[in-house]
Amino acid sequence: MIDTWTDLLPMLPELFLLGMVNLILIAGLFIDERRRGLVHFIATLTLAFAAILTLRDFDIDGRVAVAGGMFIRDGAGDVLKLFVYLTMGIVFVYAKFYLRTHKLFVAEFYTLALFSVLGMCVLISGGNLLTIYLGLELMALSSYALVALDRDSPVAAESAMKYFVLGALASGLLLYGMSILYGVTGSLDLSEIATRLSSGEYPKVVLAFAVVFIVVGIGFKFGAVPFHMWVPDVYQGAPTAITLLLASAPKLAAVGMTFRLLSEGLEPLARDWSQMLGFLALMSLVVGNFAAIAQTNLKRMLAYSTISHVGFVLLGILAGSDDGMAAAMFYAITYALMTTGAFGMIIALSNAGFECERIEDFKGLNQRNPWFAFLMLLILASLAGFPPLVGFFSKLYVLQAAINAGWLWLTVVAVVMAVIGAYYYLRVIKVMYFDEPEHEHALQAPGDVRVVLAANGLLQLLLTFFVGSLTALCVAAWQ
Amino acid sequence: MSADWPLLSLLVWLPIAGAVAVLVAGDRNAGAAKWLALLVSLATLALCLPLWSNFDSSTSAMQFVERTPWITSFAVDYHLGIDGFSLPLIVLTCIVTVLVLIAGWEVIEYKPSQYVAAFLALAGLMNGVFAAQDALLFYVFFEGMLIPMFIIIGVWGGPRRVYATMKFFLYTFLGSVFMLLGLIYLYLKGQSFQLADLQTMSLSMSEQTWLFFAFLLAFAVKIPMWPVHTWLPDAHVEAPTGGSMVLAAVMLKIGGYGFLRFSLPIAPDASAEFAWLIIAMSLIAVVYIGFVALAQQDMKKLIAYSSISHMGFVTLGLFIAFALVAKSNSPDTAALGVQGAMVQMISHGFVSAAMFGAVGVLYDRVHSRQIADYGGVVNTMPWFATFMVFFAMANCGLPGTSGFVGEFMVILAAAKHSLGIAALAAVTLILGAAYTLWLVKRVIFGDVANSQVAELSDLNGREWVVLGTLAFFVLFIGLWPAPVVDVMQSSVEALLRHITTSKLMGLPG
Repeated sequence: MIDTWTDLLPMLPELFLLGMVNLILIAGLFIDERRRGLVHFIATLTLAFAAILTLRDFDIDGRVAVAGGMFIRDGAGDVLKLFVYLTMGIVFVYAKFYLRTHKLFVAEFYTLALFSVLGMCVLISGGNLLTIYLGLELMALSSYALVALDRDSPVAAESAMKYFVLGALASGLLLYGMSILYGVTGSLDLSEIATRLSSGEYPKVVLAFAVVFIVVGIGFKFGAVPFHMWVPDVYQGAPTAITLLLASAPKLAAVGMTFRLLSEGLEPLARDWSQMLGFLALMSLVVGNFAAIAQTNLKRMLAYSTISHVGFVLLGILAGSDDGMAAAMFYAITYALMTTGAFGMIIALSNAGFECERIEDFKGLNQRNPWFAFLMLLILASLAGFPPLVGFFSKLYVLQAAINAGWLWLTVVAVVMAVIGAYYYLRVIKVMYFDEPEHEHALQAPGDVRVVLAANGLLQLLLTFFVGSLTALCVAAWQ
Repeated sequence: MSADWPLLSLLVWLPIAGAVAVLVAGDRNAGAAKWLALLVSLATLALCLPLWSNFDSSTSAMQFVERTPWITSFAVDYHLGIDGFSLPLIVLTCIVTVLVLIAGWEVIEYKPSQYVAAFLALAGLMNGVFAAQDALLFYVFFEGMLIPMFIIIGVWGGPRRVYATMKFFLYTFLGSVFMLLGLIYLYLKGQSFQLADLQTMSLSMSEQTWLFFAFLLAFAVKIPMWPVHTWLPDAHVEAPTGGSMVLAAVMLKIGGYGFLRFSLPIAPDASAEFAWLIIAMSLIAVVYIGFVALAQQDMKKLIAYSSISHMGFVTLGLFIAFALVAKSNSPDTAALGVQGAMVQMISHGFVSAAMFGAVGVLYDRVHSRQIADYGGVVNTMPWFATFMVFFAMANCGLPGTSGFVGEFMVILAAAKHSLGIAALAAVTLILGAAYTLWLVKRVIFGDVANSQVAELSDLNGREWVVLGTLAFFVLFIGLWPAPVVDVMQSSVEALLRHITTSKLMGLPG
């Protein structure tokens, strides 16, 4: 299938990543603990170079199929990948501080994280059911191992186990759906499947089964209700640096996967899956927001808030239009930038003997450190979707796409749920600003964490001025 | 020369930039931060001078227009402009901001730089609300105000501040998200967020009805109308004096302004159809809330209820115009109602700020808002008592004060429609006098009630400036309302011409 090596050039960023992960895997064995900063440096550099390589051939309207359509390189995929690199770069900065203070600063973190990035990139570019499954498993297996990174922690081990069992189940369901699809259409290639499906001569019932299993698999990966059980436990149980990783970049990859599977492969069945996604979105919005109110642990609250945000992302996808996909992508990108900020703040406020993860731990932050409190205010307000922060525009865009697709009733539910959601974000703001501090844990966050956190928080405000170009980019990517 | 400056942008961004500067300066040198904030607010107020003098009141067209594309994929523009409705409200905002900063000068000891920064940011956002000519930009400013106000009430407020501020935020937020859906719907229909485009767009009756109620939810909560008013007394009682002043003087007006800018011009036929509903709700606000105010034991709560009752006049004035047009089809008589509503908004801006300011003066000394803790204040604070009585008179609409002008115009307009409505509305003159004068009687007059009152000291220079300025404006508008009325004349006429033309023409069914 591969004629010459130059045909593989569109895959260069992924090949480069693969090479570098192996290098880090081996180098990690020989770099002792004092020099482990070097591994961090190489890993960050890897991401930067991967981004440069992606930008080198960046063509927003282009679409290149490699290896007989196994691997698709297109504008939308590139935009998603660039933001995967960016969020992972941010994650690395926060994670280094956390892992250092928790004596978990091992080279394996970087190996697994970069393998997971590779999985995400393959997933985003998957043009074939097999590639998609391959990418998904690479991403997921690295994540399971990462959750168990702190092997002496029983909680982390428990959540890793839970994550693994449920994740494997989800993969199995997805695979089952894929196999039905293959059995019916006789092809693994997604564009080929779309062409054959549009001829419409396949048994409806069997196809419905395939769609159901594929949507369930996607729902599991997103953490949409009713397949969300793993999300709160894993978010709370995993070391915060790992939660940070799980909460951000994989959501971008999930959007990519959904796009490939549903919009490209199952496009002729859009009516079926958009109804199913409508149900998932509705349940996610309702359950996520109501359950988040009851939480006292911030990581767990953010887990439920993720679920509700997934509801919004699905709202964009179910619109089934280019505009809807662009909205979902924009939402996922901005969400990734918000959630890294929120978990980054938890990490920045924690130190060796103290996990700043209960909401109460934020009491009086404004008195202890007004600057951090202000940044967190921006991040939370953006998560809640208050203008003028960027979180508002992502919600606006998604709502617009959904109304345009005729889902008015669901958008009414969505905005009411956004108001309910506002309550628990406001509660954290309340704790930071209105309450007296209870403890005096010194802030030990090093310079790089402080700088990135400041950028991350201010970005919520500054992106407002560039919302035009960013949405234009997303729109262009899907046209 | 100054006409070439982007005056409106300066009015929006100068206070916000000032807020950032004050925040950066921090509390290490709180005195400098406060002076900086005051200078910024005075500079913003100074910007109103060229704005007012270069304003052409003979046209209803938008003036000082600034327009640059912002979010091209949604056709959202950064589009500012003002007409006769916006201008007085912007001036009001700038004046009240200066006074609020002065009023909180020594009183706020906890994180003063954050306090003044929040008010500066609020001022910029409120100016933005009044100047925005793009519906989405309006919404951004409209919602953006909530966060500073949330912080102001929550950080510097009274004992139940958390409850009050949450209630304030969630109520307003819930109301406005439906407006957002309405705006998105309009955008999808017309591919534009420009207010001018939305106002001229043809809409069927059912579309207008849905939009009307979506907007109603947002603005009825904001203004606030009975029965969605319950957040206001809580917010006012718990807010610090400055917060109450801004809330009553400017933020409530945004609800009235929203009716003028959105509900009436975008859904004129639905507005005409449901004018009876709004009129009924306004009358309930005027009469029932008036009785509620009578029963209050807490001074701030009393003034808060009196605000709701007074804002009932604004909605009454706006929607009685529809009833008048439907009956006689003469926009001239209807103009009286709209003008009365606008004058009432401006007047209430000054009077309510003054009332809350006056209560703040007492609270700073005694730390109680209960009427029962006072009595005979006139014996120890004669100057304060003079101001308080004057403002109380304005609050019950004594001729010669600004409170009279707006209420009189609205009642006159109502009388042309139906004597019954006018009579009910006029009940407020009695009720308003009853609760306000009874308050004055119990707090100001009589014998010295207790040792705390006996030790009160009269107004200091700072309080003199605040109350004196407000008294000046109350008297000025009361005696000579012409500048305020003239400046909005063409805009009122244009609005009435617009809303009397049905949008249904040319539509099937």
